Amino acid sequence: MACESWTEKLDAYFDGELPAEEARAVQEHLRGCSSCTAEGLRRVQQKRTVQAAGQRFTPDPAFRARIQSSIAARRPSPWGRYWFPAFATATVAAVVVAGAFLLNAQHERGNQQQLISELVDQHVATLASANPVDVISTDRHTVKPWFEGKIPFTFNLSELQGSPFTLIGGKVSYVSQSPGAELIFRVRQHQISVFIFQERGLGEVRDKEAPRSALSFEVRSWQHNGLRYFVIGDVSGQDLDKLSELIKAAG
Amino acid sequence: MVRWFTLVCVSEERSLSGSFEELAMPLFDRIYNFAHWLTQDREEAEDLVQETYAKALKGFRTFQQGTNFRAWIYQILRNTFLTSRTGMKAMATVSLEMDGDEAALPAGTLAIADTPESILLERSDRQLVQEALGRLPVPYREVLLLCEFEEMSYQEISATLAIPMGTVMSRSSRARRALRDTVLQLQTK
Repeated sequence: MACESWTEKLDAYFDGELPAEEARAVQEHLRGCSSCTAEGLRRVQQKRTVQAAGQRFTPDPAFRARIQSSIAARRPSPWGRYWFPAFATATVAAVVVAGAFLLNAQHERGNQQQLISELVDQHVATLASANPVDVISTDRHTVKPWFEGKIPFTFNLSELQGSPFTLIGGKVSYVSQSPGAELIFRVRQHQISVFIFQERGLGEVRDKEAPRSALSFEVRSWQHNGLRYFVIGDVSGQDLDKLSELIKAAG
Repeated sequence: MVRWFTLVCVSEERSLSGSFEELAMPLFDRIYNFAHWLTQDREEAEDLVQETYAKALKGFRTFQQGTNFRAWIYQILRNTFLTSRTGMKAMATVSLEMDGDEAALPAGTLAIADTPESILLERSDRQLVQEALGRLPVPYREVLLLCEFEEMSYQEISATLAIPMGTVMSRSSRARRALRDTVLQLQTK
């Protein structure tokens, strides 16, 4: 076999990817061929250099902490960790007894919970992002027109003068493949996301059953004029209520 | 009863994120390193990693326990990169000939022994190789990093990059050669 046929196998050989028999044959050839041995040495050298050179970038500790805390927000409490199996067993029995009606109701509620979780994720991602908004403006007359042509509906923004809230900007958001608006407001040092989507794109969301908190974030939700509003933030319930009222007032 | 059910659902979700954290956070530094290599920009790398972790956490239910988590999360990272502006731009400039078989390679490129080039490469320092890696087209850069730095098997790389095993072999071989050529170019400058 010409040396070229052997050198073709060298990468796989040094990557440990050749079948045992072929690897033995390559090894045997290397023992007797100085040219292939030299080429092999060169490849091993390059492999080592790339291995060392590959480690180049280190994450900012603050960034790492941010990601860690966003995951840790869902970490199981010791209570959940130790009692989960017992609750799981009890629940299986309970669900069997509850019957189809309750299961169906729960399924709808679960979808709702999932939707809220998704929006909370988006809110957290916005908080952690270096570029949290695509349109930066405190002027509602700038932010609202920016969404024209980007989302299939329009909405009104209220005058915030005299309130503790400041509009920071907005960006297009997607949930269940439907485009919507995410508006970012600030109150003191906190940021609040207001999501607006078309009701029909979300499936059934019931106001009475909409969760009022998720993963320690306060959540408010209502429907108006075919649009579904979600207000999410780590502020007090009163702050969220106030902002919700202001947005509702704008219609 | 319903309350109990809700309680268990929440506990289960939290439990999932607990195991997600145990699997994902030890890989964080390496994932960030890989993301930075792909994007070549700190801010973009942070956005990419953040989106990757958010998507992975969200889709963790679909991850089959006991299978290869590392390949799974790298696959998410790479798919996220490919749909980013930088990723699309990087891939748009890549030649389709990149994955042709070895027979299509220029003659004589494989049989190098003690040529001046190989000696130069041996002497090349880490910084030079880093610069050369950064200049490689993304498909070459990523396959080299996954193979050499992440020490993934061809099978893992095949899963991560969603390409056949044969392509992993030919692409990594071409990538190595491209790296060597780039190092030489940089050295002779």
